[in-house]
Amino acid sequence: MGGSPNQPSPTPSAANVSIKPDTLFSGFSLKNLKLKTKQQELLIRVSILCLVYVLAFITRLFSVLRYESMIHEFDPYFNYRTTLFLTEKGFYEFWNWFDSESWYPLGRIIGGTLYPGLMVTASLIYWTLRFLRFAVHIREVCVLTAPFFASNTTIVAYFFGKEIWDSGAGLVAAALIAICPGYISRSVAGSYDNEGVAIFALLLTFYLFVKAVKTGSLSWGLASALGYFYMVSAWGGYVFIINLIPLYVLVLLITGRYSMRLYVAYNSMYVLGSLLAMQIQFVGFQHVQSGEHMAAMGVFFLMQVFYFLGWVKHLLSDSKLFQVFLRFTVTCSIGLGALALVGGMASGYISPWTGRFYSLLDPTYAKDFIPIIASVSEHQPTAWSSFMFDFHILLILFPAGLYFCFKKLSDTTIFIVMYGLTSMYFASVMVRLILVATPAVCLISAVAVSATIKNLTLLIRTKSKTQQTGSSKATGSTKASSKTSLDQSPPFGRNVAAALLLGAFYLLSKYVTHCTWVTSEAYSSPSIVLAARGAHGGRVIFDDYREAYFWLRQNTPPDAKVMSWWDYGYQITAMGNRTVIVDNNTWNNTHIATVGRAMSSYEDEAYEIMRSLDVDYVLVVFGGVTGYSSDDINKFLWMVRIGGGVFPVIKEPDYLVNGEYRVDKGAAPKMLNCLMYKLSYYRFGELTTEYGKPPGYDRARGVEIGNKDVKLEHLEEAFTTSNWIVRIYKVKPPSNRL
Amino acid sequence: MGFRFVFFFFSIAILSTPVISDLILSKVDRKIDLTSQIVRISSTLKVENEGPNVVSEVLLAFPEYQAKNLAYLVCSLNEGKGKSKGSTISLPVEVVHPEGMPPQLTFYSVSLPKGLSKGESLTLDVFAVLTHSLQPFPEEITQADIQLVVFQDSAYFLSPYAIKFQSLNVKLPSPRVESFTKLQKTKLVDSEIKYGPYEDLPAFSYSPIVVHYENNRPFAVAQELLREIEISHWGNLQVTEHYKIVHGGAHNKGEFSRLDYQARPHVRGASSFRRLIAKLPPRAHSVYYRDEIGNISTSHLWGDSRKTVLEIEPRYPMFGGWRTAFTIGYGLPLQEFLFALEGKRFLNFSFGCPMDEVVIDNLILCPQVVLPEGSKDISVAAPFGVKQREEVKYSNLDIAGRPVVVLEKSNVVPEHNQYFQVYYKFNSLSLLREPLMLISGFLFLFITCIVYMHADFSISKSSASYLAKLQLDEVQATIQQVQNIVNRCLAVHDKMDASLRDLSRTGDVQACKAARKVASNLLKDLSKDLKPLLVFLQSSPQAAQIWPKVEELVGKEKEMEEKLMLKHSIVVESYEKKSGGREIENRVASHQQKLTALRQEVDDLLEIIDEFC
Repeated sequence: MGGSPNQPSPTPSAANVSIKPDTLFSGFSLKNLKLKTKQQELLIRVSILCLVYVLAFITRLFSVLRYESMIHEFDPYFNYRTTLFLTEKGFYEFWNWFDSESWYPLGRIIGGTLYPGLMVTASLIYWTLRFLRFAVHIREVCVLTAPFFASNTTIVAYFFGKEIWDSGAGLVAAALIAICPGYISRSVAGSYDNEGVAIFALLLTFYLFVKAVKTGSLSWGLASALGYFYMVSAWGGYVFIINLIPLYVLVLLITGRYSMRLYVAYNSMYVLGSLLAMQIQFVGFQHVQSGEHMAAMGVFFLMQVFYFLGWVKHLLSDSKLFQVFLRFTVTCSIGLGALALVGGMASGYISPWTGRFYSLLDPTYAKDFIPIIASVSEHQPTAWSSFMFDFHILLILFPAGLYFCFKKLSDTTIFIVMYGLTSMYFASVMVRLILVATPAVCLISAVAVSATIKNLTLLIRTKSKTQQTGSSKATGSTKASSKTSLDQSPPFGRNVAAALLLGAFYLLSKYVTHCTWVTSEAYSSPSIVLAARGAHGGRVIFDDYREAYFWLRQNTPPDAKVMSWWDYGYQITAMGNRTVIVDNNTWNNTHIATVGRAMSSYEDEAYEIMRSLDVDYVLVVFGGVTGYSSDDINKFLWMVRIGGGVFPVIKEPDYLVNGEYRVDKGAAPKMLNCLMYKLSYYRFGELTTEYGKPPGYDRARGVEIGNKDVKLEHLEEAFTTSNWIVRIYKVKPPSNRL
Repeated sequence: MGFRFVFFFFSIAILSTPVISDLILSKVDRKIDLTSQIVRISSTLKVENEGPNVVSEVLLAFPEYQAKNLAYLVCSLNEGKGKSKGSTISLPVEVVHPEGMPPQLTFYSVSLPKGLSKGESLTLDVFAVLTHSLQPFPEEITQADIQLVVFQDSAYFLSPYAIKFQSLNVKLPSPRVESFTKLQKTKLVDSEIKYGPYEDLPAFSYSPIVVHYENNRPFAVAQELLREIEISHWGNLQVTEHYKIVHGGAHNKGEFSRLDYQARPHVRGASSFRRLIAKLPPRAHSVYYRDEIGNISTSHLWGDSRKTVLEIEPRYPMFGGWRTAFTIGYGLPLQEFLFALEGKRFLNFSFGCPMDEVVIDNLILCPQVVLPEGSKDISVAAPFGVKQREEVKYSNLDIAGRPVVVLEKSNVVPEHNQYFQVYYKFNSLSLLREPLMLISGFLFLFITCIVYMHADFSISKSSASYLAKLQLDEVQATIQQVQNIVNRCLAVHDKMDASLRDLSRTGDVQACKAARKVASNLLKDLSKDLKPLLVFLQSSPQAAQIWPKVEELVGKEKEMEEKLMLKHSIVVESYEKKSGGREIENRVASHQQKLTALRQEVDDLLEIIDEFC
């Protein structure tokens, strides 16, 4: 509209009038200068979006302000390390990178075993900024990548909301998703993980696909294929897209909403998306070979059959003949499909479902069969409290939004409903999938909020208009009443509507305070640096991890091999720059089990294992002095379980007393003498940790330890950090044989 | 291992060649300070010329093992008897290779300000600083051991001249001495070992001594120190210092026990050091302390008007052989370090590192001076010899890059903490370059947006949808024109109302009538303008949806016009008849009501049509 060239400008008349000093006309001139309602709305909308964009960015900066601009947690350190490599060595080196610093002695082919989307994105941002002559450090770029993409997600959410409902719902969705804790948990500054960009890619793909279905345009289909490609390159969660979209198409087929638009959208998206996805080394030919992707392929063929049937029906005038033909074709195609599937499965061409996929469908599966998946805390089933924590009022608004969506059923709302329901199921199976559900929950809640508020304000506005124009205006009142009846306003008065509106705003403001509180308290800690309140109220910082890693980096030989539990692998390679035996990329269960076995054996047996792995240093995390509870002693049972899963020599009951896990005097003898116990509690028995407690009092578990006289034969203490959180031992060379 | 040199140097003394000049040293006082890791030797030489010729230079001899560790040598003329020490001038010193001298010795020649003729004498103060001259022995110690070091030198002052009278004092940090070479006239008083006085020694006399003693002072050695000094003419001087520190003392062997260290850090960790102190210039701000993997939270900063003290702790206590690396940075107010001189600017800044006394910077110290982009004619003035080269560095928004002056010097001790100057030319207008670049960048962005919004990018100009869009644009424009005209009509109505109000105030009927005439003419013109627009709208298919509303709007407006005229004429008429105010009101009331209603409807319609656009 702004582009129309022959739009007359309102200024001449305004200027004409305002020359006259008469005050009467000033109001008139102002009125003429005022923007058109449409323009006003556009202005307000754009400025709200800009504010939301900025808000989404700055609310994620708590961790930078509280701590510093640093990479958080575990996996981001790997991502950071690879990004650094990419920016320094270039893309081809990165693609062919064989990393000998991890999984010693196996090594890891980095280029073929990671999703490069995140690293490439960060590098592109970095190179662009460098090109524009901004001397930024790659770390800053990595730290701020997640907030930046969160901001972009708000924009996508706006357009998606606009597509589902109206632009008001879009605005609300953008605002909700900007501060929703479920999303913030994975996208604060410093949380440089795949999910940071993947949620953006996920929502973008869905939006583009919905748009493609709505318009039936090939270009939107192509765009959604590109979005899907980006998603595949960024995160393993793309499997969700490639299963949800066929499911959605299937539902549309069943409900009789099949159309040419759907046909174009799905086929273009599926074919192009699959071809593009095959370009990612890590994904490769899974789209045609893995069981998880078969649904999409099945639906693809189904679409062809459907289209073919439609064409035949168009040609055949005889309906009876068509019935016969239909029966024949359907039987044939189902038979062929089943045969192909069975054949593929049997010949091993189509790989069966992976453990993670099974554990999604059956939450108890991992616990029974794959302890390494079950041992990760973020793979646990979700507790109710964390739903409340991450969604707050959205949890209530979600069903309301579903109601509105069902009321105005269309292709688009069917999609969002299905996305919401499936992702809600996954979120309740695995804690970390709350992240995937967040955009859907925000969008659907936004529909509820927007529809409710719109109805209420309409009610109030029409009433007020009637009052303003006065009772004598028969035409006005009839119009108002007609409007009200059109909106099916509930039979209560304006005051009740106002009260409800106030209530809604109260709830929303509560949501804002809750989100800010959660972000600042729970999700903005880097977990590398621990902060606690001191006795006098001051902030005490435990920087032990970095102390130990930096010590490793500076004071051990460059080719030293460090053995630790896999949790710390990425951090040791990234910050300590030393070779590790196992790390967070848990691709080789046997290797991890070997480490678990070493940790849970007696020292001399462990020494043999460590010798065979060329281990020079052993690193353990110990919270007994500070009361830091996620240390290796508390994780120890998982080491036993994982070790025992491969090496039956290790038996879990040996470490338990009457099924109870203890470290004090009553602990199992094997427990008291295994390597992990010894390394954690070496010389701890001489230390008084708390006033009024005996020496050797473990503050993390609140007991006095059972074995205070720990003697090490083959290892010696190399370094212990100032708060004893990380302890590093050197493996002595074998003594000379006499 | 240190003892090898001792035997080696016996031979020098025997083989030494005869005296080369007629100078003799009538009195030599040497003081060796071994309290820290740096060896400081200060000697007072009384030089006498006994030969016939005028002598203008004095030779100083250093054995090879000292010469290679010699970090700093300064020689000054001591004129007064210790009173006017402040006014001493340092004399030029340079390395020379006189003929016929033993190759194991390095000679430095001191040029005297004026020749020393026969029989004259003068007193020279020689101050030499040696690094890495204390050998840890044993070389590996455990955490609990104290650190013992060995120092070796000659009991006699090594010189190509005969010496009449000399003495040597060795100052130690504590009286705990493991062993020292005992010659005649040797005694240990408190923490000082005294050798001498010895008299009438020939040239090149050499008598090795070895002192083996306890030294637990921090042996912090910066293997590499990179100082970047960045000048910003906006008023800040940013200093960034990258350190690679190693504990240069006896290596730690065996376990490091945190428990022992925590319980008694001074006993079970005597040889380690935990903190370093940097003395920064006053008013240093934005101080930071970090390393490759992030901030280091253990540091303290305090300051007053004369200095800023930064106490930094490495992440872990430093034991023998342990390394650490970190970066500190701070900003300083520019006006205290940058001055203008004859059209040039110069930076006056200290060379060495701000760390405490004990730190030696061993390998390379390169203070890079980063000048702002556009600096020219760069020259450096340093009080001592430095290697120097120029580089280019790219920082924020640089195009040509900033010139960098790199100064390099190895073996630097705190005595090198002197001021050096960098001269350069810089045009103040260049300051505005980068802000202007930013501004123009944004300007360009906005202009592109505007151009994009106004340009027509459609590929096929004849497609149906494109034509429809064009038509729609036209319709919208026309409707806006209609709206404008209606708005102007409404303005005219307001004017007529105003004229009525004027009438009630002034009673000027003629003026009111004139106003009505003007208004009705205006309205006529406007309705003439309106006609073609309406015709167009009626014919356009795109406007089919909105046409009824527009029609209604125009109709209502006409109705309103008529009512207003009617009302106007009634009022004017009544005024001419001189009717009372109330009477007029009664007569007009019904019209007035109608008018208000119409106005409301017109406003509503305008709003609806607005939404269409």
